[in-house]
Amino acid sequence: MELLRFATAGSVDDGKSTLIGRLLYDTKQIFQDQLEAIERTSEQMGNEYTNLALLTDGLRAEREQGITIDVAHRYFATPKRKFIIADTPGHIQYTRNMVTGASTADLALVLVDARNGIVEQSRRHAFLASLLRIPHLVVCVNKMDLVDYDEAAFEAVKAEFREFAMKLDIADLTFIPVSALHGDNIVERSPNMSWYEGSSLLHHLEEVHIASDRNHVDARFPVQYVIRPQSDAHHDYRGYAGTIVGGVFKPGDEVMVLPSGFTSTVASVDTFEGPVDEAFSPMAVTIRLDDDIDVSRGDMICRPGNQPNAGQDLQAMVCWMSEASRLAPRTKLAIKHTTRTARAMATDLQYRLDINSLHRDESAEVLALNEIGRVTLRCTQPLFFDEYRRNRATGSFVLVDETTNATVAAGMIIGAGS
Amino acid sequence: MTTTYELTDLDQLEAESIHIFREVAAEFERPCLLFSGGKDSIVMLRLAEKAFSPARLPFPVMHVDTGHNFPEVLDFRDRRLAELGARLVVASVQQSIDEGRVTEETGPRASRNRLQTTTLLDAIGEHRFDALFGGARRDEEKARAKERVYSFRDEFGQWDPKNQRPELWNLYNGCIRQGEHIRVFPISNWTELDIWEYIRREGIEIPSIYFAHQRPVFERDGMWLADSEYVTRMEGEEVVNRTVRYRTVGDMSCTGAVDSNAATIEQVIEEVGATRITERGATRADDRVSEAAMEDRKREGYF
Ligand SMILES: Nc1nc2c(ncn2[C@@H]2O[C@H](COP(=O)(O)OP(=O)(O)O)[C@@H](O)[C@H]2O)c(=O)[nH]1
Repeated sequence: MELLRFATAGSVDDGKSTLIGRLLYDTKQIFQDQLEAIERTSEQMGNEYTNLALLTDGLRAEREQGITIDVAHRYFATPKRKFIIADTPGHIQYTRNMVTGASTADLALVLVDARNGIVEQSRRHAFLASLLRIPHLVVCVNKMDLVDYDEAAFEAVKAEFREFAMKLDIADLTFIPVSALHGDNIVERSPNMSWYEGSSLLHHLEEVHIASDRNHVDARFPVQYVIRPQSDAHHDYRGYAGTIVGGVFKPGDEVMVLPSGFTSTVASVDTFEGPVDEAFSPMAVTIRLDDDIDVSRGDMICRPGNQPNAGQDLQAMVCWMSEASRLAPRTKLAIKHTTRTARAMATDLQYRLDINSLHRDESAEVLALNEIGRVTLRCTQPLFFDEYRRNRATGSFVLVDETTNATVAAGMIIGAGS
Repeated sequence: MTTTYELTDLDQLEAESIHIFREVAAEFERPCLLFSGGKDSIVMLRLAEKAFSPARLPFPVMHVDTGHNFPEVLDFRDRRLAELGARLVVASVQQSIDEGRVTEETGPRASRNRLQTTTLLDAIGEHRFDALFGGARRDEEKARAKERVYSFRDEFGQWDPKNQRPELWNLYNGCIRQGEHIRVFPISNWTELDIWEYIRREGIEIPSIYFAHQRPVFERDGMWLADSEYVTRMEGEEVVNRTVRYRTVGDMSCTGAVDSNAATIEQVIEEVGATRITERGATRADDRVSEAAMEDRKREGYF
């Protein structure tokens, strides 16, 4: 069975919690005790009906405020696929949560209220989905029941969204008219909208093609951990453990190790079950080489004819996620990229992006919480990277404040150079 | 010939977990794996074994022993760890009681469950562990649904749900100061059914109490508690013999059994697929107290 990870976003009250509750409920993932708990809470809160949205409202503080404030993960399965939902709050100050939840998503699901059409938040969510290069974007036009299931209302939202999305880099865009509250077009095609010829939401989630979204071209293996058993049975064993993040590795492949530049041949690709004929992303394996060269954590194994960029200077889109501090030129931070950790300094902030208008403000001097900008970084050591658009694993990094140890930024690499 | 490079759902989950184990082993000085004897921690052991094979686990295994164990589980623990050649650290709640660090609860609802937190935090301090692998899953409970894979704990072992570090891609921030630690949850994204399917696929042995067996039990709060020396029965609580099995394994005084005839792993999977009650709701008295029970305990430094 395949696994699909998707992130959900919508502004407050667009019906995101109801939609997720509906998906879980209609696919029979809700257990009796959970249902009873939310029935009790609904009653206490004076709701007239069992509020499915409560299913996904996790922490106490959130229940008190009635809003979702952190990324929550939900799981459900159908006979066709398993799903992991990163449920990200749509609240304006929580861009960082959407970025967090969406970083590993195959698909983003954005909710729009059919009555309100595209609002500032919808633009923000679409933009973030494209920035994070989530391969598939689904726009659910919700509350269709409140616009009499009117096709024209749906088409109007669709046209408005498309116009904005043209400025973004979105590979696959789908629109579905739904009513989360009543279940229209969620699991089954709705008889209330016979004019709609597409799939129900669940059907779309089950069928959308994701197998080719990974990079199986550029062989990339960041060495994570060196395995050297101190035992008689495996006296001379020296294996490089890690997760393949691109391409395919096979015994006999000629490979190059960065930063040393030494070349060798893959002797075997080991797993607990034994050696395998080939391995690809995202397998976690152990590679052994024919030659006894010096390889350690943070090194990158690739093919001599297809190497990543290697350098200390990079250009990236950076999303600042700290309330307590800002990014300004000369800010020094720790950078975590693949299995490497180095120190980095922002040498230039080229512009800050207004994520509603996509306007580039070149006069900006800092990035504050939830702001996104194009930044030049200089690192203390070379990193081995690809453009984020080509490889999400070798093209991404996080920045850590060395005094507070907080993760303060996420970065998506655009290219090399200062 | 066209090859498709696809992994099954279980293979993807396994790869993600192995990645996390290796990351921690590479970046922390003194990690440790928390082992309860339950199915989740048994799967954790298997994943750790896979992550470092053919070498042994590069960290010890810790059991927080309430003294109220199922004997089947202790047997299992010792056998399995001997097989792996892993080092066992036992943190004893009884010892915490004897040393006056905690006070034993009394009465029929007494449980050592809460006391475990102190024993655990003391052991972390004593051994200077900086990362503790736990087998919690996000599908178990609402507070866990929002917890990170690397869950930061301050010097009091507390979790602050409002101040979690953003966690992106497969980049984990393990930076801590002295006295702080990280709880690491490599199987965060697994569901109960995934665990069972993996146990079946891998042919992993689990303690016999997970399968249907005859046991003297009594009913309390709508679940079957084992009649044992660790629980005082209340008036009207009659012991009966029933065919039951456990869905989770914890302290004998508060882990309930469910009626079941599932004697094989296939039957268990069938039952889990059809069941309508969450595993914690069904069988853990400790979580039923309030809807926010788990969140409160986690804040204090519970598993
Ligand atoms: N009429 C109607 N109301 C809806 C629909 N979906 C959600 N709602 C209502 O809109 C309000 C906000 O929904 P909720 O799911 O909490 O929104 P969230 O803030 O996006 O999670 C609630 O009162 C829901 O009952 C829908 O499809 N139709």
